[in-house]
Amino acid sequence: MNAPVTPAAFETGHFEDSRFTVPGIRCAGCIAKIERELGKHSAIDSVRVNFSAKRVAIRHLPELDDDNLIAALAGLGFEAQRLDDNPVAEDVSEARLLQRSLAVAGFGMMNVMLLSVSVWSGAEGSTRDLFHWLSAIIALPVIAYSGRPFFASAWMALRNRRTNMDVPISIGVLLATGLSLYETVAGGGHSYFESAVMLLFFLLAGRTLDAAMRSRTRAGIGALLSRMGRSAQVIGPDGRLQSIAAEDLRPGMVMLVAAGEALAADGIIEQGSTSIDNAMLTGESRPEARVIGDEVHAGATNLTAPVRVRITAAASDTVLAEIARLMDEAGQSRSRYVRIADRASRLYAPAVHSLALLAFIGWMIAGAGVHQSLVIAIAVLIITCPCAMGLAVPAAQVVTTGALLKHGMLIKDGSALERFAEVDLAVFDKTGTLTMGAPAPDLSSLDDDARRVALALSSASCHPLSTGLAVALRDAGVVSAELSDIAERSGEGVFASWRGIDVALERPDTAQSEIAVQLRIGTTRTVVNFTDPVRTDAGQTMAVLDATGIESRILSGDASDAVARVARELGVHARAGASPQDKLETLEHLHRQGRRPLMVGDGINDGPALAAAHASIAPGSASDISQQAADAVFTGSNLMPVAVTVRGARACAKVVRQNFGFAIVYNVLAVPLALAGLVTPLIAAIAMSASSIIVVANSLRLRSLVR
Amino acid sequence: MSGLLVLIPVALGLGLLGLATFFWAMRKGQFDDLDGAAHRILIDDEDSER
Repeated sequence: MNAPVTPAAFETGHFEDSRFTVPGIRCAGCIAKIERELGKHSAIDSVRVNFSAKRVAIRHLPELDDDNLIAALAGLGFEAQRLDDNPVAEDVSEARLLQRSLAVAGFGMMNVMLLSVSVWSGAEGSTRDLFHWLSAIIALPVIAYSGRPFFASAWMALRNRRTNMDVPISIGVLLATGLSLYETVAGGGHSYFESAVMLLFFLLAGRTLDAAMRSRTRAGIGALLSRMGRSAQVIGPDGRLQSIAAEDLRPGMVMLVAAGEALAADGIIEQGSTSIDNAMLTGESRPEARVIGDEVHAGATNLTAPVRVRITAAASDTVLAEIARLMDEAGQSRSRYVRIADRASRLYAPAVHSLALLAFIGWMIAGAGVHQSLVIAIAVLIITCPCAMGLAVPAAQVVTTGALLKHGMLIKDGSALERFAEVDLAVFDKTGTLTMGAPAPDLSSLDDDARRVALALSSASCHPLSTGLAVALRDAGVVSAELSDIAERSGEGVFASWRGIDVALERPDTAQSEIAVQLRIGTTRTVVNFTDPVRTDAGQTMAVLDATGIESRILSGDASDAVARVARELGVHARAGASPQDKLETLEHLHRQGRRPLMVGDGINDGPALAAAHASIAPGSASDISQQAADAVFTGSNLMPVAVTVRGARACAKVVRQNFGFAIVYNVLAVPLALAGLVTPLIAAIAMSASSIIVVANSLRLRSLVR
Repeated sequence: MSGLLVLIPVALGLGLLGLATFFWAMRKGQFDDLDGAAHRILIDDEDSER
């Protein structure tokens, strides 16, 4: 199944490895096409597609660089991006460590349990001692290896004078191990090695699931990130074009921005005139005209004609970078959020530890002796060790994120899911969030012939309006007309001749309030208006949110009449013309009022608001910066995943509370037994596995609850 | 009881073997692309004509 290897590559033997993200890999055909076609290239040694991660690893001769390989992939019809050296390396190594620890704990648990069952079934005397020694020999290295994630985290927390769930876990495991070792050496009757190892196994299972969930969604989001304005074509003093990365651009350089390209720096137009799409920065969906001397900003897209721009501000001085700074500051409040498991452990750990201490003191007073009292105190710790509690949160969250993933919603982590459950107000951006963000034409004014001509003309141009028109016409099943003498004149339109008649797709003669093109056939002129339609299920989504008790609002940077129309259509309160700072202030004001707003937005101008909101969601078409700021990203053309996520997060929170309830009920039943000194290792093992199974089974119900 | 002297090392040995195999599989990247193999089976092997 490996890709073909060319003889040429064998001879030299010096290769480089490059990895690319290719979101377009969807089926077996894509795998075959990429591996087979790229493999034929003489400078490529091997190609391997990773379908789960949507990645392609290419082993090639150094003479090929990334741009060649991206071009080769583009030639096969796949958009590819260079994968930075290893952005998710940390996640992967963490997940690997957990998997290995889990495997070791599983091995240890099985073998120690085998020996323990024999002891419980009545092994006596020297056989029992032998089995205890064997258990110790297996359990000690296993605990030392598998316990590392917990010990390290508990040690970090204690050093910072805080406590988390790992502190009671670590203390419980270490004391149980210490006591069992003492019992083994002294030839006593009870050892708790199997409880200690089993506890680690169950908890590691929860952690591993949690890590797997995060790396899966991160890979999905990484595959969505687009490349915008990361480099620019700079005209050198000798007139040659040179590609320079965005961070190396300097004021005074002149860059050539082609039509359809995103600007990488702020500047002033020196030559040419064009219209630009500023939607990412301002939320304004209508293209704005720019002529010589006008200012343009990084993040905007040049639409119609190539222009020369003299850079006035680059890298960290751009308007874009200013927004990024605002976002950094706005994100501070969210990092103060304390996760529910850590909140529970703040109450739980001191309660359990003082209970164990009281048991020790109580039995000492009752005259049980140091050894007996210590055994009982440790039994209390083992029985209360938050096995079910450690699983309560990750089990529910993993099931919920898995179910939401099927709805096209990628949740970044468990903390986000907890915050989604708490929102009480939804704030939507308009362009690109409530609407699709891509203008769609109104075809009703065109008859059949006009449609065929329009398709032929629009296919000949790569102007965004033409592309939109062509897509809509093809979707309507129109067949292209035969044209001759097709010519595109920049800034004017596409011109051709059809059955001897002059036809054109051009700018409307009269000033239009809406975005429009004019189709001219002979002397007949028809104007095709473009609208940016509201997502079909936007109203329904808001109705569902409303039923959940969440009020919806619109907060847009777009002009007020466009926003008012959408707000009327959806029947919600709206605010228009908001700058990124205004949006941020609105969100902060809501926070001060004690509200917990959910922000849904896509543009760079929404970035600070997304970071400041209690929880935030961005569509897959959003700018990189917004996708990174948001807690979740949804794909597809429906808005419904937003409502499903909030409902799912609430169902998840409910199940988490139930799980905690189970854990508490279990403790209420088991702790008196432990305090009375009646808990044997057998009872501890049964109680621990039973409570874990109940919690996991309860969490699995979420599969059907999240809809 | 003398059977234990054989059986316990056997049980441990098998367990360790399983563990070693899992570690080996992980290092070899067997779990890197869990969905890919299901699709690769559908690829027609053009080279098989040779």
